[in-house]
Amino acid sequence: MTVLSVEGLKTHFFTRAGVVRAVDGVDFALERGEIMGLVGESGSGKSVTGFSILGLVDAPGRVVGGKIVFQGEDLARIPESRMRTLRGAKVAMIFQDPMMTLNPVLRIDTQMVEAVLAHRKMSRREAWTLARDGLARVGIPSPEQRLRAYPHQLSGGMRQRVAIAVAFLNDPDLLIADEPTTALDVTIQAQIVHVAQTLCRDRGAALIWITHDLAVVAGLADRVAVMYAGRIVEAGPTDDVIDGPRHPYTVGLLGSVPSANRRGGRLAQIPGMTPDMLAMPDGCAFRERCPRGDAMCGSAPDVTVAAGGHAVRCFHPHDGEARA
Amino acid sequence: MTAFVIRRLMQAVLVVFLMSLIVFFGVNVIGDPVDMLISPDADQSEIERTIRALGLDRPIGEQYLYFLKGVASGDFGNSFIFGEPALKLILQHMPATVELALVSLIMAVILGIPLGFIAGLHPERRLSRGIMAASILGFSLPTFWVGLMLIMLFAVTLGWLPSTGRGDTAVFLGVESSLWTRDGLGHIFLPALNLALTNISLVIRLTRAGVRETMHQDYIKFARAKGLPESRVVGVHLMKNILIPIVTVLGLEFGGLLAFSVVTETIFAWPGMGKLLIDSLLQLDRPVVVAYLMIIVLFFVIINLVVDILYSALDPRVRLGDRDA
Amino acid sequence: MSGPAETRAETPFRRFWSEFRESRIAVAALVLFTAVVVLAVLAPWITPQNPYDLAQVDVLDGKLPPGSKAFAGYTMWLGSDGAGRDLYSAILYGIRISLTVGFAAGLIALMVGAAVGLVAAYAGGRADALIMRAVDIQLSFPAVLIALVLVAILGRGVDKIIIALVAAQWAYYARTVRATALVESAKEYVEAARCLALSHSRIVFRHVLPNCLAPLIVIGTVQTASAIALESTLSFLGVGLRQTEPSLGVLISNGSEYMMSGRYWISFFPGLALLFMIVSINLVGDQLRDVLNPRLKR
Repeated sequence: MTVLSVEGLKTHFFTRAGVVRAVDGVDFALERGEIMGLVGESGSGKSVTGFSILGLVDAPGRVVGGKIVFQGEDLARIPESRMRTLRGAKVAMIFQDPMMTLNPVLRIDTQMVEAVLAHRKMSRREAWTLARDGLARVGIPSPEQRLRAYPHQLSGGMRQRVAIAVAFLNDPDLLIADEPTTALDVTIQAQIVHVAQTLCRDRGAALIWITHDLAVVAGLADRVAVMYAGRIVEAGPTDDVIDGPRHPYTVGLLGSVPSANRRGGRLAQIPGMTPDMLAMPDGCAFRERCPRGDAMCGSAPDVTVAAGGHAVRCFHPHDGEARA
Repeated sequence: MTAFVIRRLMQAVLVVFLMSLIVFFGVNVIGDPVDMLISPDADQSEIERTIRALGLDRPIGEQYLYFLKGVASGDFGNSFIFGEPALKLILQHMPATVELALVSLIMAVILGIPLGFIAGLHPERRLSRGIMAASILGFSLPTFWVGLMLIMLFAVTLGWLPSTGRGDTAVFLGVESSLWTRDGLGHIFLPALNLALTNISLVIRLTRAGVRETMHQDYIKFARAKGLPESRVVGVHLMKNILIPIVTVLGLEFGGLLAFSVVTETIFAWPGMGKLLIDSLLQLDRPVVVAYLMIIVLFFVIINLVVDILYSALDPRVRLGDRDA
Repeated sequence: MSGPAETRAETPFRRFWSEFRESRIAVAALVLFTAVVVLAVLAPWITPQNPYDLAQVDVLDGKLPPGSKAFAGYTMWLGSDGAGRDLYSAILYGIRISLTVGFAAGLIALMVGAAVGLVAAYAGGRADALIMRAVDIQLSFPAVLIALVLVAILGRGVDKIIIALVAAQWAYYARTVRATALVESAKEYVEAARCLALSHSRIVFRHVLPNCLAPLIVIGTVQTASAIALESTLSFLGVGLRQTEPSLGVLISNGSEYMMSGRYWISFFPGLALLFMIVSINLVGDQLRDVLNPRLKR
């Protein structure tokens, strides 16, 4: 059953300097309980995609086109009052920097209880019990004590656990995780990934894991979508994409990841920089940096889908054979 | 927490001591002590008698100790004009001033915070621009002139409100105040508004800056992502973070209000200690002036102390961590 | 100086001006302020009477509303005060006094504060701690209170008011200069200058001070405006300037006794002049802060 289907999503920022097309035609769909990795460099539009789904794009940005169908409702068109009842209840989100996501002047219990009470009719006491159980579930020791703490009394990893606990308080059907491990130590990263993954699996929640780190996605996601300059350039089952990337950008991205079985070799770099979002070239946005770019790339490529649902948006894709 | 309070308390005592030095040497060394402390109407023998009585013929260090002793026992000498102890006079006039300052502080909060929120949440709106322009005016307008204009407009031309005096007072909950009577409320409105003007502008600016800075913090976005109603996001998550600097500044400004009430009280003939100071200055009633200065210094030190402690109570990061860390 | 060096020297100012010009309000404020200064300077030649030459003032002209004809034949566009002085003339003369006191106090406070701040920053250690403690304590009291204390001790008059204003304001400059100087002193060019064994005064005045100028100018404008406001406040209270030194504050004070009888103009117009002066200086200062603040630049 499809939980979320995004079609032709466009989110533009209307700045003084011009229109920034942060998300410019993104399509993907998520099944119940599925985990999708949304990968891209900073500025590729992956976070904005996440915020668009929740209806939390800051001004001067705004969703200008496309559909975000979640359980039969188009989130791009429902009124804000309806959106609010979904946010934090059916669709939850966790953020990049756990140091910044919890309000520094409110205790943990305040911040958790309010999240419950915003969506359910119950007593404060019952909500508090839910909050305590929520903390226990994400592996926080002595949760009752932690509930009385202020955020600054907890470590970064602990705070991200709290954020995950908050996200799961109301049993969401979709969790959007916006680089939740980027700001953490590697050992903590693995724990957080594990907690989020287990919770999603247990409760059948779909998960969009936004990251720039392909290594995290490889071990976590069922499917991967690679974003570049506001568009998804390649998507497919994780193993297919990681082992047999087809878009030259994905190939470059994978080439720049250090790996144990290529030790000593030089890491490949993708030449050039991400294009200026204000003056996006026509056609394929990657063509200036692409080793395979040619005159044909001056017009926008369409998506071609290979067997197993491995899609790529390129005129000259790699053949998708597993790399040696 | 206790250690912090004790440390601040010791600092406060030091400041009071330093200020007593400054006031004492200001009056006794820079100015002519005879001129400063003895009624100009006194004749020669009286002057000499007073000089001896005040110990002005003794070394300056000894004089200072004498002065300190007087201050410690609350004895600043008698007013030349009223013939009563200066301290008593000031304490008599103090409630009116405190009342005025409190009301104007409340006005600054009630008017300033909502206006600041409007200007901060919707900076592009015309209303917001108007609010900010008005706040610049509020900073620049000379208080005393605005006071005159308020009287002109509301008391003389429109005749809505009385122009001067404190009006009827009543005792309620053991406190005598003009706030408990209609007449008193009518009398306090204009002076309090006049006194509040700068602080309204200040609160607007602080609130707006706080809103604009805090609005884009992740924790506000996260609060929205939890599906909280906007009223709770703004009223609790945003507000609680902004309130800390505002409370701090307003607390510090309370002292400023007491000082600035000198101007407002003079214009509106408000019988507080500010008007007493100006009257005493003009009538060369120096014991009252010295007593006023020491009292207001004490006030300031206490206010600073209270604000520091309040601040640490409001902000958990200050309360639990060491301030110096 | 050679030709190319000259054009180079001109560029920062031109850039500054083109940035300053971006705010139309600030430019308007600058024009207004310049106009006020010019009017004040030219007062003796453009006013119909010298309001303090008793031979030119007629008591019979007293308390006339705006637009009345004076006995001498000219029109009193802003009316006249209780003593029969033409308000327009009195205001322009009053602005001269207010501006003189404000600028003098501002300039002296700037020099005193800058010197203290530089010493604190450059000497560091105990001296710095002691000076800044004093600055902190002074800044915890409102300027009007400090000025009142000093007026109480010193008495009235232009010189005493200037002293009181300087005493009330030097600490603001000291704090600003010290903060900037500390940042500058930590930079490598000062380190380099020390390694060259340049004299302390040369390092402080030729290297550190010029880099503190921008924040000094910014708070200088704001503090000058507040000095003008403070002087007028003290004068209004009757503890500032004397009747023989009629600044705007004195004029407003004189007019206040006629308020109750509805003769608003005697206090209203001098106040308006004061307001224009203070607002225009503050607006210029606001824009200066935006233009000169390196943190806001990309």
